[in-house]
Amino acid sequence: MSDATTTSVPAASGRNIPDRLISPAARALKSWEMLLLIVAAAIFIANSLASPYFLDPWNLSDATFNFTEKAMIAFAMAMLIVAGDIDLSVGSAIALCSTVMGLAMAAGAGTPVLVLLGLGTGLACGAFNGLLVARFGLPSIVVTIGTMSLFRGISYIVLGDGAFTGYPASFAWFGQGYVFWVITVEMVIFTLAAIVFGVILHLTNFGRMVYAIGNNATAARFSGIRVDRIRFILFLLTGLMSGIAAICLTSRLGSTRPSIATGFELEVVTIVVLGGVSILGGSGSIPGVVIAALVMGLVTFGLGLLNVPGIVMSIIVGALLIGVIALPRLWSMLRRG
Amino acid sequence: MTVLKSREAILALAILVLLAVIASRFPAFVTPGNLAGVLTDTSPLILLALGQMAVILTKCIDLSVAANLALCGMVAALLDGMGVPLPLILLAAIGLGACLGAVNGLLVWKLGIPSIVVTLGTMTIYRGAIFLLTGGAWINAHQMSEGFKAFPRAVIAGLPVMAWLAVLIVAGFALLVLRTPLGRAFYAVGGNPHAAVYTGISVGRTQFAAFVLAGALAGLTGYLWVARYAVAYVDIAGGFELDVVAACVIGGIAIAGGAGSVAGAVMGALFLGIIKNALPVVGISPFWQMAISGSAILIAIAFNARGRRDPGRIILKRAEHRT
Repeated sequence: MSDATTTSVPAASGRNIPDRLISPAARALKSWEMLLLIVAAAIFIANSLASPYFLDPWNLSDATFNFTEKAMIAFAMAMLIVAGDIDLSVGSAIALCSTVMGLAMAAGAGTPVLVLLGLGTGLACGAFNGLLVARFGLPSIVVTIGTMSLFRGISYIVLGDGAFTGYPASFAWFGQGYVFWVITVEMVIFTLAAIVFGVILHLTNFGRMVYAIGNNATAARFSGIRVDRIRFILFLLTGLMSGIAAICLTSRLGSTRPSIATGFELEVVTIVVLGGVSILGGSGSIPGVVIAALVMGLVTFGLGLLNVPGIVMSIIVGALLIGVIALPRLWSMLRRG
Repeated sequence: MTVLKSREAILALAILVLLAVIASRFPAFVTPGNLAGVLTDTSPLILLALGQMAVILTKCIDLSVAANLALCGMVAALLDGMGVPLPLILLAAIGLGACLGAVNGLLVWKLGIPSIVVTLGTMTIYRGAIFLLTGGAWINAHQMSEGFKAFPRAVIAGLPVMAWLAVLIVAGFALLVLRTPLGRAFYAVGGNPHAAVYTGISVGRTQFAAFVLAGALAGLTGYLWVARYAVAYVDIAGGFELDVVAACVIGGIAIAGGAGSVAGAVMGALFLGIIKNALPVVGISPFWQMAISGSAILIAIAFNARGRRDPGRIILKRAEHRT
């Protein structure tokens, strides 16, 4: 009977106390990140054997578009989930940012204004979620389900079944430009975001506070952490990254429809969970999320080369999401007998 | 309990005000015939909201109900194409829905995966399964048998069968929730899982039961939906899970589990249904629908949380009092 309660929390550790800890090198080898890296390498090798076009640098460069925009949001989402919250409105926030940029473009705004508006709208979406969750203490799942409807709903009100097209040529640089040879602008933004978020989460006080909140928000409050303020900042960051992703995606597609970025939230959460971030909060790492983004990108690109339709890919993404959480639990259940 | 009762009274009042406002400009909207039409249109939402309510009561959430509905509806249409008699189709749709719900429930119960992750995943898997079944093809009205399409629309005593089914199931569900051990278990598990275990209730099994119930209702609704609109394809009821959650939240079902009533869920669904049906009458573009239900969710949760102080501060105050 007590099994029923323990299933929702990770199995209690410390039941048997080992004489010595495993060495750091061995621990790194056994880590989730290492497992992911091996999976990524295996998929890479399998893809290069399956298709002669895979190893072409330009092809690989194109393949990164599969994940760069989602991964940018995934870094912020990872911190949010580590802190024990979730934001399901990111796809809709992209739609709203893109719509605002489209309106400004139609009014004759130039590229710098469009970028500022994209970032500003993203921040506003994040601030709205953060206000409702952190200030008014509402559960983040329902709030962001509500704003998911609201943000995209505003896009539908503005656009109906129409679309904005005809963005200025200089705006195309974000989603279609190259910095150097095959290195795309989006890849550079992705790398910078990975470094910035990695440093914030793993090397700063702020990052330690995020883990503390995720493990025990009450204890964190008692140790003097401004829990509500940090949760608000995390929502703000997620909104900001949605804004950046919206700029890249709009620039790459060159148009805005209200259905833009539908289902992004699922793929972003999948990348985060695949990256080893506990959905219950309190643990996870940015390097894991980076590798998970690569795995997702490689899987979807490989399947694309094999002509697998998009909806079948989404089945695989869904199965991946459940599988990566279920398999370790099944494994430990079987080992315990 | 008085707070709960007053919340439902407020919701009922809101519905009446809404109807009065619409009626003041468009009296035809509140004629019995039109209201019966609104009830029939809202039946799928009511049925799914009941299932979702059971799931939310146990501290879970089921985002896969709309995909489940679409898959069961498609299977029902395919079975009809093979000439299977209607009662068997109904059983198959309900059974398949229950099985799909059971998959969610088992993953939550046996593996302890958070329900939001499980159902985000199964949502895409179930919808993808429709594509695998049909290759993306549509099943249109002329490919369905007359009996298959006629059943939900057959009128008995002024109401179509679809609305009667909703009414009957609401009554049955109210009995289940209020008068059976399982119904009480939903509340007990959501209210305090640890206390529920000490009273001999299995948390996981109760959650599993809630998911199976939600799945079975989604399966039945799948058949009703496909038969009523006489079309089945991959994307039917896309995004409907948000409306269902919205109906529950508006109806005052606490997302943290353990609180909420059948009347609330039904009225939450009716509230959204009336807005949806009134939009074209009042002359507002249907594209407003999504933003309106989003705002309704936010207003409802803010309203339901009203008067409940910030839990973090309460803990600090208690600690201060104790010392």
